[in-house]
Amino acid sequence: MKHKSFFWFVLPSAVAMILFIFLPIISVVVQSLHVEHQQVIKTVESCDLFGCRESTTIDQEATAARRAEKPLGQFAGLTTYLDRNHIAVGEVGEVWERTNTWRDFGAQMLNLPFYKAIGFTMTYTFVVTPLVIILGFIIAIAVNSALKALRGPLIFFSLLPMMITPLVGALILFWMVDARGIFGTMLQYLAGDPELSVKASTPLMWIMLMVYGVWHSAPFAFIVYYAGLQTVSQDTLEAARVDGANRWLQIRHVVIPHLLPLTTFIALMQLMDNFRVFEPIVSFSANAHATSLSWAIFNDLGGETRQLSSAAATSVLTIIGVAILLSPVLVRTWRDFDRK
Amino acid sequence: MFLKQIALASGLALMAGSAYADCQISGNVSIVGNEFPAIHTVAKGAASCTGGEVKSNLTADHQKINVAGMQGNPAEYSSAIIANSSVVALMNEDVIRPLDDLIAEHGQDIPKKQLIAIGGKIMAVAFMANAQTLAYRKDVLAEIGVDVPTTYEDVLAAAEKIRAAGISEYPVGGAYKAGWNLAEEFVNMYIGHGGEFFKAGSAEVAINNEQGVAALNMMKALTEYMNPDFLTHDSNATGAEMEAGNVMIMNMWGSRVGNLMDSEGAEKQVYSNITVGGPLTVGGGSIPASTLWWDGWTVAKNLSDEDAVATFLAMKNGISPAILNDETMSQAVWMIEGYTPAPVNDGVFAAIAAGTKSYPMLPYVGLLHTALGDNLSDFLLGKESAEQALADTEAAYTAAAKEKGFLR
Repeated sequence: MKHKSFFWFVLPSAVAMILFIFLPIISVVVQSLHVEHQQVIKTVESCDLFGCRESTTIDQEATAARRAEKPLGQFAGLTTYLDRNHIAVGEVGEVWERTNTWRDFGAQMLNLPFYKAIGFTMTYTFVVTPLVIILGFIIAIAVNSALKALRGPLIFFSLLPMMITPLVGALILFWMVDARGIFGTMLQYLAGDPELSVKASTPLMWIMLMVYGVWHSAPFAFIVYYAGLQTVSQDTLEAARVDGANRWLQIRHVVIPHLLPLTTFIALMQLMDNFRVFEPIVSFSANAHATSLSWAIFNDLGGETRQLSSAAATSVLTIIGVAILLSPVLVRTWRDFDRK
Repeated sequence: MFLKQIALASGLALMAGSAYADCQISGNVSIVGNEFPAIHTVAKGAASCTGGEVKSNLTADHQKINVAGMQGNPAEYSSAIIANSSVVALMNEDVIRPLDDLIAEHGQDIPKKQLIAIGGKIMAVAFMANAQTLAYRKDVLAEIGVDVPTTYEDVLAAAEKIRAAGISEYPVGGAYKAGWNLAEEFVNMYIGHGGEFFKAGSAEVAINNEQGVAALNMMKALTEYMNPDFLTHDSNATGAEMEAGNVMIMNMWGSRVGNLMDSEGAEKQVYSNITVGGPLTVGGGSIPASTLWWDGWTVAKNLSDEDAVATFLAMKNGISPAILNDETMSQAVWMIEGYTPAPVNDGVFAAIAAGTKSYPMLPYVGLLHTALGDNLSDFLLGKESAEQALADTEAAYTAAAKEKGFLR
């Protein structure tokens, strides 16, 4: 393509990306480098329906001039990134000094909010992503070998988990695993423990969240693989059959190599999606047991006092995390592209 | 009792005039607030004014939009309906105006006790009160032969008896959902133990002390008698547990017991026996382990004089005695003249009479509430000590307070 036509071709999407992706990210980065001005606090008497008492309030006149001059707040550099509620450099150092074993060190690290969130986020990402790929592939193979007349309804039902709004889907599962729900009661029966409650146990809650993640995302992998299966060359398959390859060998040596580029695509999308796991934590009210980076951002913004800089710092850390996660896949794609 | 008598007396006096008062405004009004029946009634009262447009946006997410919606000039929302915990968020951002001049000119008839004054400036006008108090099953307490609990120690003793009698395995209820609810329960329990949250006059937190540990230990003792899923139960869920006949004693919001005592969602045996008691004390203290709350309205700062006056008049009309009728009377503990309390409101009045403290109106208390909600569950799950949980809370709060400019 000529440079000029290429330019006009990508201009609309480039403008949209700058407006809706690049500029907001810049503003988030700028926000994360600032904190609020030093507040001037004065002691006052506050009176409500139930009587008067001594209390404090912000002296707005004293800070008005500073706010007007620098509406963003004071420049803080990386302080917000390094404080206890984020990377916690000082605290990690202390924990390192204080602990002797790796096990103890890990336990103490999980007490820091950022590492607690990262711990769950990473586990979730690396458990759910491969399971989604494997399960999606199996469903696709199964549906593809079903009778033609059955395929339509099968596809519809296989896609249902993805069609349901994540919050609602998670809520449905939440009530099913309740100690008095159908799964909860079944688990109690199977474990022989009438006290067993998924919602009260941290390991079971983690497993539940991951089961939800696989249930919700497997249809995505399925539909991509199913589309890919339609393009498998029938000639190659037939040649393999003539050579005496059984069904497994056909899948192993013909289908899987053919679908490999799709696997890269699904892995890429799933890594990104799973790294920002959020809805199930809210729906399962799981925040006592598991938090994620996205949940931390939501929590910062949802309190009575909004913590914008803290949320912005966590957002930037999430972006960096996604970039690191995707880098192997991206490097690989780039190399493939170069070779061509 | 005193307040109740006043309310009763004025209620009888004003019973006659029930039609909405005439209200003429010349300006536009836009209200943002929480979504529950009492707020709808107030917004409807405000909307009965003629001469200008009165819109309202009532949503459970009001706190996420009210600050942003009042920061513009002119403000998108001319009035925010808030509670004592959330008025500070608006004051911190300096988006609401003092109402003194408007009251002097247009609001002489608003009873003085409804005016919320901070540092001598009137910032809000309250119209309803709320508090968490005891709710219990009187048939169950009679069956095991104990008096109505007045302390949390009594609750533990009664719970043990109920469990031993085989009536319910998890007889105690509580809104212990990790996050805001859990933090609120700690605030109650800590105040009940006589604790102070901050060093006097400063934003320096001070909860890692004897009272803090005692409060957490009492919470943990209570959770032994709660459904094991307690960290996922908010007040709706724990109310449902009571309606299902599993929970026999709990600390419940005054504004929500009405739902438990009506015939919907429960068997007669259950709902007819649910009774409201006063607030509980703890650890031999005399201050109830509960907090008082009010809901009120404010006026935005960035408004033309015309719209500010219109907003004031419309909101004043929204909380005038004229809004009270058979349907709206039971929606809340109204702090409006002409209100006649029902038995369901006994708890809130008992809380006021018992000298319950109101939830602190401090600029940085919201940050502490968030930190508490995030850090206490590890202790209740048995993963760490009470001291560690409190130390974590203090550290999380301190980092957040530095970011917001409250601490250096």
